[in-house]
Formats: sequence, C-alpha cells, structure tokens
Amino acid sequence: MTRGGAEVAVAGAMPHRERAPALRRHAAWWLAALALLALPYLPGLASDFARSLLTQMGIAAVFALSYNVLFGQTGLLSFGHAVYFGLGGYAALHLLRFINQGLPVPLPFVPIAGALGGLLFGILFGAVTTRRAGTIFALISLGVGELVYAATFMLPGLFGGEEGITASRTRAPLLLGIDFGSQLSMYYLVVAWGLLAAVLMYAFARTPVGRLCNAVRDNPERVEFVGYDPQRIRFIAFAVAGLFAGLAGGLSAINYEIVSADAVGAQRSGTVLVMTYIGGARHFAGPVLGAITITWLQIGLSGYTTAWLLYLGLFFIAVILFVPGGLAGLLLMHVPLVKAPGFVRLLGTYALATVPAVIATAGLVVLIEMSYRLATQPELGTRMRLLGIPVDASTAASWTGALAALILGFVVFRATWPTVAAAFERVQAASPSRSRLPPS
Amino acid sequence: MLELVTTSLLNGIVYGLLLFMLTSGLTLIFSMMGVLNFAHASVFMLGAYLSFQLARWVGFWPALALAPIACGLIGAAIERYGLRHVHKSGHVAEILFTFGLAYVIEELVTMIWGRNAVANGVPAAIDFPLFSVFGSTFPAYKGLMMAISIAMFVFLYLALKRTRLGLVIQAALTHPQMVSALGHDVPAIFVLVFAIGSALAGLAGVIGGFMLLTQPTLAHAVGPIVFVVVVVGGLGSLAGALIASMLIGIVQTFAVAVDYSLLDLFRALGLTITRATPLYELWSIKVATAAPIVPYLLLVLMLIVRPRGLLGTRDV
Amino acid sequence: MTMSAPALELRAVEKRFGATSILRGVSLSVGVGERHAVIGPNGAGKSTLFNLVSGRLAPTSGSIRLHGTEIAGAPPYAINRRGLSRSFQVTNIFPRLSVFENIRCAVLWSLGYRYSFLRPIDGLGDVREKAERTLERIRMTARRDTPAGVLTYAEQRALEIGVTIAGDANVLLLDEPTAGMSRAEADAAVDLIRTVSDGRTLVIVEHDMSVVFDLADRISVLVYGEIIATDTPARIRANAAVQTAYLGTACHA
Repeated sequence: MTRGGAEVAVAGAMPHRERAPALRRHAAWWLAALALLALPYLPGLASDFARSLLTQMGIAAVFALSYNVLFGQTGLLSFGHAVYFGLGGYAALHLLRFINQGLPVPLPFVPIAGALGGLLFGILFGAVTTRRAGTIFALISLGVGELVYAATFMLPGLFGGEEGITASRTRAPLLLGIDFGSQLSMYYLVVAWGLLAAVLMYAFARTPVGRLCNAVRDNPERVEFVGYDPQRIRFIAFAVAGLFAGLAGGLSAINYEIVSADAVGAQRSGTVLVMTYIGGARHFAGPVLGAITITWLQIGLSGYTTAWLLYLGLFFIAVILFVPGGLAGLLLMHVPLVKAPGFVRLLGTYALATVPAVIATAGLVVLIEMSYRLATQPELGTRMRLLGIPVDASTAASWTGALAALILGFVVFRATWPTVAAAFERVQAASPSRSRLPPS
Repeated sequence: MLELVTTSLLNGIVYGLLLFMLTSGLTLIFSMMGVLNFAHASVFMLGAYLSFQLARWVGFWPALALAPIACGLIGAAIERYGLRHVHKSGHVAEILFTFGLAYVIEELVTMIWGRNAVANGVPAAIDFPLFSVFGSTFPAYKGLMMAISIAMFVFLYLALKRTRLGLVIQAALTHPQMVSALGHDVPAIFVLVFAIGSALAGLAGVIGGFMLLTQPTLAHAVGPIVFVVVVVGGLGSLAGALIASMLIGIVQTFAVAVDYSLLDLFRALGLTITRATPLYELWSIKVATAAPIVPYLLLVLMLIVRPRGLLGTRDV
Repeated sequence: MTMSAPALELRAVEKRFGATSILRGVSLSVGVGERHAVIGPNGAGKSTLFNLVSGRLAPTSGSIRLHGTEIAGAPPYAINRRGLSRSFQVTNIFPRLSVFENIRCAVLWSLGYRYSFLRPIDGLGDVREKAERTLERIRMTARRDTPAGVLTYAEQRALEIGVTIAGDANVLLLDEPTAGMSRAEADAAVDLIRTVSDGRTLVIVEHDMSVVFDLADRISVLVYGEIIATDTPARIRANAAVQTAYLGTACHA
C-alpha cells in the first residue's frame, strides 16, 4: 500500500519522489545498466583505446563512490583513501598470482579479494583513526597514507618494491568460456562489479546506520544524545568505504595486471578527493560524474600538455570558490528550472558569458604552456602550436597577445555576471518554489 | 659510542629545530584562525625558490630579508582574495582550498623554474665551521638556522600570549562577531595573521632551501611531517609543536644510526627466526631503513595513547 | 509523589573548570512522574547542571543517580539509553536532514535497532509509525520533508522538543524550551510540554516565570552554584531568600 508520503532521497539531497511501483523507482538503475552495456558499441567508442578509457572511468567511479561514503555521507575528510584502494589491489594480485600457479578460481571472483583486503585494513586502521573527526581525522589519514606508502618499499616480498607485483589475468580457469584478455571483456567485468558496488553503497546509505552517518555528519554531538556512539558509526562507514575502495583497487590491478606503490600514494588519494568534490559530494551520482570528468581530463589532457596538473588544480579551486555543490549540484540546480519561462533566455546568457570566458581561458592557456615549455622542455624550441594558433615563446608578441586575451576576456566576462545573475533569478522566481537549503 | 650519541643528538636537535621552523607559522595560523593551511609547506618552498632567485640578483643577506617579506605578501593575497571567500563555508572548504592551492603552487614553481632541483647551495658567507666536535665540524649555517628557529619560538610565544593584538586575535577566532562589534577589523586581522604565518614559512624556506634540495617536490616531501608535528604536539600549542619537533628530530636521527632490526633482537633473545618464519620481512627491516616512517609511527602511537596530542588545547 | 527510588537524584555534585567553581555542592531529588523546575539568575549554573546530568560533562565530584543507577561521568549515549533525554537551549538538530529524518534518528534506539545496516530504513514500519506519531504530537506533519536548517525559529524549537521526546525517554530534561518565543508560541509550547510529560518525569530550566508556576510541581532555585531552596511554587514565591536573590531585597506580599 503506497501512502503517498514522500521520501527524501539519499545523502541529504533535496528533491523528493513519491513512492512508485518498483520498476519505476529503480528506472534510473535499469537505464544506467542498459546504457553501460551498450556503451562500448557506440560509434567512436568501439576502439580498444576508448574501451580502456571507459574501464578506467568505471574503476574511478567505484573508488570515488567509496570515498563519498566517508566524505559526503559521514562528513569525514580523508587524505589517505588510496591506502585501501592500493592494498585491495595488492591483495587481488596476490590471489591472481596463486591462480596463475594453478589455484582453480575463475577471474571474476578475484575482485572479492580486493574488497576483503580493503575491508581488513579499513577495520584495522579505522579502529584507531576514527577516534577523532574533523581536522584531526584528516591529518591522521594523511599520516597513515604516508606510513603505508613508505612501508611498501620496506617489504619488497609483499609489495614488490619499486616495480610492484604483476600477474596475468588470462592464465586463469575460464568462466563461461570467457578469457579476459580483451579490453572489452575487462570493461564488462568492471561494469558488473561496479554496478553491484554502486547498488550496495546506495542501499547502505538507506539503512539505519547509513542515515545515522548523515546525522553524524550534521551534528555528531546530538547523535550521542539520541543514544548512539558517533565513533562507532564513523568506524562502520570507514570499514564500508575501505571495502569498496579495495574492490576498485582490485579491479584496477586486474585491468593493468600490475600494482605498485603509487596505488597507495598521496597523489591517488588527492585525485579521488578532487574527483568526488568536483563531481558533487551532496548527491549520490556526483562522484561518478566527477570520476568520469577527471579521468577524461587526465587521460585526454596529459597527452597534449605537461601542465595538466595545474589546470586540474585551478579547476578544483574554481569549483571550491564558485560551485561548492560540484557539477552534480550545478546540474540539479537547473533541473527544476527547465520548464520555467525564461529558461531558454538563461541558456542564452550562459552562451553570451561563455565567449569572453573562452577567450580569457585561451589566453591563460597560452601563457601557461609557453612558460612550461621554456622551463621544462627548452630543448624543444620556443615555437609551438596551441589551440591551432602558432606562437613563439621567445617573442614579445606572443606574450602580450596572450596576456591581452586573458585580461580583456576576463574583464568582459566579469561584466556579463550581473546579466547572467539577473536572468537566473528571474527564472528561479518563475519556477515552482521548493524548499532549499541556503547555499553553504 | 659517545661520539655516535653526541653527533646524533646534535644532528637531531638541528633537524628538530628545522622542523619547528617549518611548523611554527602553521601553528600560528591554526591557533588564530582555525585554518589548517595545506599550502604552508608550499609557501615554505616558495621561500626557498625566491631566496635562490633573489640571492642570484642581490646576494644572500638581502634575500634573507626580502624572501620572507615576499612570502608574507603572497600569504596576505591568498587570504584576502581567496581564503576570505571560503571562511563562511566551513573548515572543510578552507582545508580543501589550501589543498588545491598546494597543487597549484607546486605546478607554478615547475612552470617558472623547471622540474629539476635548482642549484641552491649553502651561501659562502655562512659556510664556515663554527666549532668541531669529535673531529666533524659544525657549520655556521646550522648555527644560524638554530638561532632563527629559537627566535621564531620566542617571537610567536610573546605575540600570542603577551601582546594585545594576540589576545584580540585569539578572541576573534572563537567570537569574530563580538570582536568585530568591539571595533576590531576582523578580516584585516586575518590577513595580518596569514601574512605573518606565511612570512615565517618563507623565512624557514630560505634556510631550509639550501639544507634540503630545492625542487618542486620539496613541499610534498616535508608537508606531511609538518602535520604530524602539529598533531603530535597538540593542535594550537606552540610549546607542543616545539617538543614534538625535537622528539621527532632526535628519534629519527638516532634511528638512522641504528643498524639493527627486530630480527637481531629476537636472535639475541634466543629465538630462531628463518626465512620461513611468517612476516620474516617485517622483522628483518633495519631500524635505519625504517627511519623515514618514524614520524608516522609516532603519530599512530599518539593517537592510540593520547589523541589530543602532547599539549593539545583545542578540540577540533 | 511515589515511595520508590527517585527518578533523578543528585548528591553534593560539584563542577569546577580550572580554578572556577560553577556548581558548589548541589543536592536534588526528583520523584518519578514529578514536574520539577530549576530557576535562578543568569550564570547560576543551570545549563552546567543539565550538562552534568545528561553526560555532556563529567562532575568534579558528587553522585548522580538515574532510577537508582549511578550515571555521573557516563557518556551521553549510555545515559540516554537508560531513559533520560534532554533538549538544548541553543537548537541542536541535524540541519541537512528533513524534519521527519531528524525525528526518525531519535526513535531508532528505543525500538531496538542498534547499528544495523542490513535492512533499508524505509522498510521499517514501526520506525516510520513512531516517527510520524511524534511528528503529529509536535504538530509538524505539514513540514515533514523540509530540511531542518530552513525552519523558522519556533519550528526549530518544536523540532528540538520532538527529537527529545521521540525515543520515549521517561526522564525529560528541557533546557529553556520557550527561549525567544512570543507569548502565543510559548503558550503552545507549554501545552505541548504538558502533554508529552504526562506520566513522565520532567526537569525544566526556565526563565519565564508564568511557565514555571503553571507547569511545575516543585521548584528548585539555583544561585551561584548552590540550591538555596526547593519547595512548592507557592512557598517558593513567598521565600525571603529567593526574593532576595532575584530582587535584591525581600518583599512583603
């Protein structure tokens, strides 16, 4: 019997839905599953390179979702989440090595070792590190991350030292006759486990402990006064996050057939944090969006420029300053406005503002690229072709031109803000009102 | 044996004071503003690079004065134009902002000076022996570093506890509106505090720059240890930071000199350990090899035994 | 009053912060089912008293017994599980959760759910019913899905009480529940408090004298960390020491 009562969606997100028949409620999941199944056959995505990219995006998505169990759901900021990813990867590859030597376990079961590895260490380290929350927790996670990273070099038998450990994903008993040598088969393995992980994490968020995680995030003190120990709750969230991070790590290890110290390192911890935040920590699918975007930028950009970390950092800071709800937050902010009058006009103002923004960005990019060339690759000479434009880093013209584009573009961009803001407010006022938290 | 102990102790104290120099500005910013500045080690790195560049243009001593000032101005700009907009979003957003900034600064440094270490060697003016101990000389620059470090401690201690400004700042941390209502310009105070903290980081960078390698990964190499010092010493405690720095400095320096492992200890106790024994690798790690993780082991230990740190005053 | 063990008993409770003494030996006994008010000038230590009883702080010395069991120094969740629940003077709710979810978190333990993560919470009918019943009692059913952070002040105070009573605690501590309310809002709040404390033990800190005299069976007066009088409302009103504490001189009524 449906009561017609509304339910609030997961992780404190704002829109609510009425209870509907199971198929319609889970429509989003079915659609996602179908889309993922069809993806590698779409034109343009049928190459091994594209499929490899999709596989990496899937792995990153699981990793980022696991991170958000800590961050968006429980309010725990961790700088060392890669530890569970990496240790899960090592666990999975050790199992795979035994399989290579004859252990009769088919490959699709290997990620379980990753999950268990992540869970084990999540419990081990979580018991100590979840005693504190907030800033101290963040610093502790950083310290544990450094500790584990250094330890991987000190135990070469377990971690293979600098080269890491390797295994083969094809030297395993076949399941349903599938040999996982091809990138396509690897992609489907990741999709299968990834969807399962996402469903489980979504379900976890809707359990009593999952809701209490939100309560701990909002007000850990009050949680004590309704009978629960916030530390226990944080610990459970930590273990769950470790489990799914380990799963992602296991999938990654199988995909690359190698795992080494960088899998537990600070850069990977930083990247998953950036992915989750940019995607949007307040919505379940936000981290997925962030994982897709950042993976694409990483792989795509790093082929073109050595400065891509700088672009990523600037992008991250811009999101913190201007779009704290992340990309998902930005999109969802517009969903209720689509039907309101003036929406098309709003899109028009966005397009208008984009033009000077693009010019300013182009100027900035040219300046950055020229500087990088001079500082890090002088042997390649000073002539470059950027965004289709030939520039010469040794001429004043290139520098002043780029600087002018940056400054003028920014000034004009700034000038469009009032117009955009006014259009946005008009549309928002015209759309049906909804309770919304004040921006924070 | 006495020689080993004395040299290690001396080196440990030097290292500890270097760590304190690094941490002091961070402790200031944290106690006064509650912001955990991830970009602190990055500003330290900027200090190293700037002093290298300035020294090439105007010589070491002017650089020693100018680099910290430049870093102070940079810190002021960071607070005024960046962090200020993030305060209202809470501590997490502040930390994330400085985290992103650390990334960006590392890349900017690469963009200007390249990926390789720059030739930032000890300036000739302070590269002479101060005294000799057991045959090895103690160079003057180490003495200068120790003097500056101690001076930093004294300066900060007085600033925090004894000056009116320090009291106002401490009040502004927990009750900014009240302090503002009393007529103090809280945003300007924050800019000042951030500037001073950054200047201290820059000063540490001038010295640290030629004691360590000046390269873009410098910030990332020292950053985590700085945070360990802050947590072990106790958030908000200056004396705690000093004690923690010395502790880590001395223990780690002594550890490097110990060429034994737990394996040797077990054997001395009569236990038979062979390659077949489980976790043999763990037992056979020499203490000297494990020296780099000493700070982190101390961190975990402190967490288990006394989560608020040695002299922690703030609960975060 | 009943003859069994008092619901709440404090004996010689002291609380010092460094060299400053806030509570200097407070002794108090609240019977089962009694409505007991604690009044006193600002800075007397009333909130500190609540913090000690509810576990937010530990007493420097002295004994606090809940239904005969010693609870001094126990963590708040342990005390809550034994049947004591408190509200806060400064609203202390979960701002990003909806009103319904706020209440729902508070009913879980009382229904026997511990740290369970194997079933969806939406499927727990008893949880939903109890939460909705509580919502009706505080008359917030219409605002069920509103995020608590955007409620009006009075609505937040009502939610605060809701979270406090949701778990069916039999000893309720309400810390200035009508603070900042208009006359009408305060009257409504008092009605609510009267209904929800029916059959339960209530200890209330209040500044609003009309609320106090309307509601309380007995009143204790806390001045500078000591209880100077505990008695029925009529006798407290006539008590010279109380009058001096509040007005500076004794009155002749």
